[in-house]
Order: sequence, then structure tokens, then C-alpha cells
Amino acid sequence: MSAARRPRSTAAALLILAVAGAALTGCSEKKDGAASADAVQVNASDTACELSKTTFPAGHVQLEVTNKGSKTTEVYVYAEGDKIVTERENIGPGTKASITAEIKAGTYQVACKPGMVGDGIRTAITVTGEGGGDAAKKDPRLDAAVEAYRKYAQEQADATIPAVEAFVAAVKAGDVEKAKALYAPSRIGWERTEPIAESFGDIDPKTDVREDGLEAGQDWTGWHRLEKALWADGKAGADEAKLADQLLVDLKDWQKRVASAEITPTSMGNGAKELLDEVATGKVTGEEERYSHTDLVDFAANVEGARKAYELLKPVVSAQQPDLAKTLDGEFDALQGLLAKYKQGDTYTSYDKVTEAERKTFSDAVNSLGEPLSKLAAAVVVK
Amino acid sequence: MDAENEQSAAPAAETEQTAGTRGPISRRAVIGWAGAGVALGAASVGTVAAATRHSGEPAPVKFGVEIPFYGEHQSGIATPVQDRLHFAAFDVITKDREALVRVLKEWTKAGATMAGGREVGKGTGGGLPEAPPDDTGEALGLPASRLTLTIGFGPTLFEKDGVDRFGLKAKRPEALVDLPKFRGDNLDPARSGGDICVQACADDPVVAVHAIRNLARIGMGVVNVRWSQLGFGKTSSTTPDEQTPRNLMGFKDGTHNVAGTDKDAQVQHVWVAPGDGPEWMTGGSYLVARRIRMHIETWDRTPLADQEEIIGRTKGEGAPIGKQRERDAFDPKDLPENSHVRLAHPDSNKGATLLRRGFSFTDGTDGLGRLDAGLFFLAYQRDTRKAFIPVQQALAAHDVLHDEYTQHVGSAHFACPPGVRKPGEWWGQALFG
Repeated sequence: MSAARRPRSTAAALLILAVAGAALTGCSEKKDGAASADAVQVNASDTACELSKTTFPAGHVQLEVTNKGSKTTEVYVYAEGDKIVTERENIGPGTKASITAEIKAGTYQVACKPGMVGDGIRTAITVTGEGGGDAAKKDPRLDAAVEAYRKYAQEQADATIPAVEAFVAAVKAGDVEKAKALYAPSRIGWERTEPIAESFGDIDPKTDVREDGLEAGQDWTGWHRLEKALWADGKAGADEAKLADQLLVDLKDWQKRVASAEITPTSMGNGAKELLDEVATGKVTGEEERYSHTDLVDFAANVEGARKAYELLKPVVSAQQPDLAKTLDGEFDALQGLLAKYKQGDTYTSYDKVTEAERKTFSDAVNSLGEPLSKLAAAVVVK
Repeated sequence: MDAENEQSAAPAAETEQTAGTRGPISRRAVIGWAGAGVALGAASVGTVAAATRHSGEPAPVKFGVEIPFYGEHQSGIATPVQDRLHFAAFDVITKDREALVRVLKEWTKAGATMAGGREVGKGTGGGLPEAPPDDTGEALGLPASRLTLTIGFGPTLFEKDGVDRFGLKAKRPEALVDLPKFRGDNLDPARSGGDICVQACADDPVVAVHAIRNLARIGMGVVNVRWSQLGFGKTSSTTPDEQTPRNLMGFKDGTHNVAGTDKDAQVQHVWVAPGDGPEWMTGGSYLVARRIRMHIETWDRTPLADQEEIIGRTKGEGAPIGKQRERDAFDPKDLPENSHVRLAHPDSNKGATLLRRGFSFTDGTDGLGRLDAGLFFLAYQRDTRKAFIPVQQALAAHDVLHDEYTQHVGSAHFACPPGVRKPGEWWGQALFG
């Protein structure tokens, strides 16, 4: 993939994660039972907004709002600069609402807005301490998921090398037809785990860049360079042999480094989403494999890799957000069911034979999965 | 333009035009009998500030006003026409009725939030750093900009290819007909039809685009965008004291459009009355959307006298041919026989009248060096069979403008239910409930 895509996004995600630290990757028990005792009572009326306390410890804060006024109200918690931490609208007269948020130490304002207009009636609150308290507790299910995913990524890399070796051998033998047949299969393991490869930064631009993704002065190497030679030029000569050898060297580098990849539950979740993004931007349009039209092979591999990450995280997702798990199960099934209709033996229909209307159907299915998949990372941040 | 509809409705009395005297808000900002006084009551400086998207900065007053989302009728029909449009037609891609209902509920909530100038969900911040924010953020810091969101249901939602998709077939209003083919139509299926439409109008294009974008995102997996249209420069006004806007042909359009202040004309021509059809549509209106391409280049080469004769009004003043001033009374029979104004006039169509809310569009060029531009015609009416259809048939049969200078390339018809009256209710509740 990747032409224009920089590995930056993944790296940035990992960085944020590292900064945010254990509170995000770790897990704590939900304090549901204890919540109401610790809750801050908010008595809202048409003219007042009274809090039972204005200082409390960081972590999960629960506001129990009672609207005693005659107007529908809403309650906001603002951080400095009126940045909204949380809000709840449409709290009708005589009704109660519970608002929870994870709040770090600092000063905030709670605002009630009778009539749901204006800046609201505000009270300053102070949140103290480190936050979370027991948030650093690790969830063994997530540790297991990370380890299993690392193993999966390694297996995919290990299995890729012989497939690439066969492809390289065909190119070096000058056998264009055989090389064409071995091209797409040589990419499957890579496509299944691509966010990991991209996280290394330097490998992807050498192996998987498209011509339009080259930087000024950059030599074009890798799979797509060979794709163009084989399909557009019908060529497998000395230059191609050299490119093929280089591809194998670069991919062996990848294979070696997978073990050191930084993998966390959230990077798995976001990685799964990124795999679908790859499909949504490059594959449904036919840009990725513009010469070979083997887009659906990559497409299927991206979805398989995303599903693997999801399935490993699923025990936690199912516990935390059962609706999301149900949606993801359904959308993965739908998309893979659609792909299955295009499967022909070991491979898939050539993408130039897929009509615009069918591409639209693929695009819809990809978006239908991609959107809920973007919620996966947050769903494994155990609160 | 097509169905110019020089309405017979009299210019509205200006009984509610008290807004201009209020405080520091510009008259334009509170053009405001918007929402029949409800908005006026709220149009204090505080509200203007509250209507901004949590920017912390005072809002530019001009665009700060909110149009109430809740009410007897949907906003975005008779409320004052804004400067910008983003219209989207959606296909429902699920068979799951519950999923569709869930989206309609979420849409309603998000719609009310955005119309209030607030961000969707937890906004651009406030959520987890590992997750994409609930709101896409491009409207952050912008005021409400009089955003209105108007929903409509197309014929295919009720029945498609003979299938009663969501058990709604029996509830399809008779007035929600499949539009007949009009002479000269060159409709592109990719710009026509749709199961559900949302019309977003605002004074700021970013606010309108933001609204459709966030609804599309919320609906993913259940609905997807079939086609959409951006519009600018309203071509008609529901605000009688405003200057009559011009279309891209350079002519004033809709001098006597049904006015937002003229409740009687609305009752007679715009709102579906009890007994008109299924109860769920009472208080609603039928929307016809047509993408009308203008042959801009040939029009611009047409002599002034011809242009005026084809339209039936003067270009500069907008007066009916033979009259001095734009609003001078005239008898359509005195206008050139095949002039647009005469053919579209209610007197020529057994009194057929509709409320227009069209916008100009320019979508780049067509590859032949011609502007892909024209009018995105939006008309609301109590019964399309008695309003748009006969008027358009007359125009398609005789109108020189229609034949030589325009072409209808997109078409859709929607039943727009009555307004969501209060928080907790949702778009389509009476239809699906």
C-alpha cells in the first residue's frame, strides 16, 4: 500500500500511547457499585446549580443531576478555556440524569443551563490527586491479546518469505507469466499486518511504494515497481532481477524486526482500523494494484488481518461494549461474505472486471465496517 | 427559472418585523420571525454567544442566530432562506428496521445539537485520545449560522422493486407519487432519487457541510450518501422585505414566492392538512428537488431583449414586461405567450402554487469547457400532484427557457414529515412508530 501514506500516523499513535501511559493500556475494575456513594449530587433549578461538593479525587467522577426547575436543562463540565470534558443535554424538569467522566487533576467548572441556553450557572470545582487510583492494574486478557497478535504478525512475516522467494525466482528466471501468478500471493502476509510494517518507517517506502508516492530523488523499488514491469511492460530482465533481490532483502529485514514492534491493545485496535482505511482509500478505487488488478487479494488480506486483531481483543470488547462487538461481528461477516462472492479458487476476480456499481457496494461495506472499527481502540481502554 | 412561479400570494404584512429594533444584533441576523417569535424571544446577546461552538470567543453577531430545531413544522421550509445549502440524498443499505430507527433517533439528536451551534456527542475533545472524536470539528468556533436541517422520505423507502422494505408500504402517501417523465428530462440516476434526504441550509457553507458530513458518518452501515449537492446564493426568498435574489441567468426569481410570514398561504399551499393523506404527514410538506443545468454560455450570448422576452421580466429592475417596477401588479396574459413567468404563473396553472427554496450551483466544468452550473430547484408544497407536476408539465411543453437554455439532469421527490416538537421525539417517529 502506502504510496502517499506515511508511517507517521502509526508512529504518532504509538507515541501518544506511550505518553498516556499505563492508565490507557492497563485496566481497572469498574466501580459501578461504589459509584453512587461517591457521586457528586447536582441540584439544578431555573436559577441555581448546587453541587454537594466542589473538591474530589481524580479518576472516574459521577455527577447525579436532579432537575428541580421548570425548564429542560443541560449540564456541562468545562476544563480551562471552556473545553468541554463532558456534557448531558435534555434533562427534563423533574428528571434525574447521571453523568460520568474520567477527570484528571485540575480545576474545572460545572455549568447548568436552564432552558439549554446561555453560558450557564457555573461552579468551580477542584480535582486532586493522580487520577484513576487503581487504573494501572493490568488486564491479563489484553496482555494475552498482544502476545497472540505479536505471534500472528511473526507467523505472517515468516510465511511471506518463502512466497516472496518463489516470486523472486520466477522474476529472475525471466518467466513473466509465472511471476505474475506469484505476485499477489507474495503480498498476503504483508497486507494482513501492514500497520506493523509501517510502524518501522523505513521498510514500507522501499517495498510497497507506488510510483505516485515517491519522494523527489527516491528510487522506485519494491513490489509495485515489479508489478508495472510485469504487467505494463511484460518484462522480467536484469533490472527486474536486481529489484527482486532487493525486495527479498528488505522483507527479510521486516521479518527480523517484527519481534521488536511496539504493540499495545490500542495500537492493535487502531491498526485494524488502518487496514480498513487502506482498503477504503486505495483498494476500492483500484489504485493500489493498477497494473495487476489484484486489488481484491490485498483487500481480503487487509480484512483478515483486521479481523484477527479484533478477534483477539474481542473478549474485552464484548465485556465493555457488547453492542460494538455485535456490530463488528455483523459487519465483518457482511464484508467477508461479499468478498467470498468474488473468490475464484485461490484468488479473486480481477478488479478491472468489477463494475462501478459493484465497487460502490464494496465501498459501502468497507465504510460500514470502518466506522465502528474506529471505536475499537477506545473500547479496549479499560476503565 | 423553471417553475418560477410568480406566486399570487400577496407580499406579507410586516406585522412581526420588530426584530430590527432589538439591541445590537443586526436586522439581518434576526430576520427573525424565524420560528414565529420563538427565536426572537431567545435572540439576546447571550444566546448569540451560546450559539457558537464552544469557541470561547464572542460570535460574529451577524450569523449568530439559531433557528429553533423543534416546532410544529420542520425548520428549513418556511423559515428564512439562508445563503448556503448542502443537500444529501441517502440510500438505506440495511434491511434492519431497528437499525434505521436507531439512526433516525441519533440523527435527530445530532441535528438538534448542531442547529443549536453545538458539537455532536462529546465534541472534538472530551473523548478518549485513542478514538476519533465524536464531532469532525470543522465547524468548531463557528456560530449556529441559522442552520436548519430538514428530512424527507422518498418513494423507495416505502417500496422498492416491489418489496415492502420496512413494512411502510401501506403508509406511503398517495401524493408521494413517482414523478412522471417531463419532456426534455435528461435525468442522471446517480443524481436522482434516494430513500431519505436531508437538506442542510446555513449562512456559512462550512456549517452546512459539517452537518451533512456528521449525519453521514453517524449513519454509516445503515445509510449511505447516494448523491449530494452544494448550493450557494439562494435563488428565492421566504422573507418578503429582502431584496429578491437573482439566479445565475441574472434574473430576479420568485418575487411573489410564498412568504414565511404568510401563514394563510402556507396553510393553503405548503402544509399537509388533516385528511390530505396519512396522518403521519399532517403538518409536513412534499419536497421536489431538481438539478437544473443552465446552458450558461449560450444564454450569455442571447440579446437582452430576447432574454427579457423569454423570462417575461426586465433584467435590471425585474418588472413584468410592460410595467415599471418589480412588484407592479400585472396580468400574466399581457406577457409574451411562451414567457417563463406567464407559463409558471398560478393563473396559468389553475392557481397551482408552491414554496421555493432553490440555490444556484456551480460544480466546476463539464470537460467541454462549459460551466457545470445552474439552479438546484427545491420546492415545497401540500400536494405535488397539484403544484409542481402541472406547472412543470406546462413549462416543459411551451417554455423557451426550458427547451433551449436549461436541462433537468437530476430529480427527486420526498415526503417531509411535520416538525419534531420536543426533545425525545425523533425524525420519522409517527411514520415508524
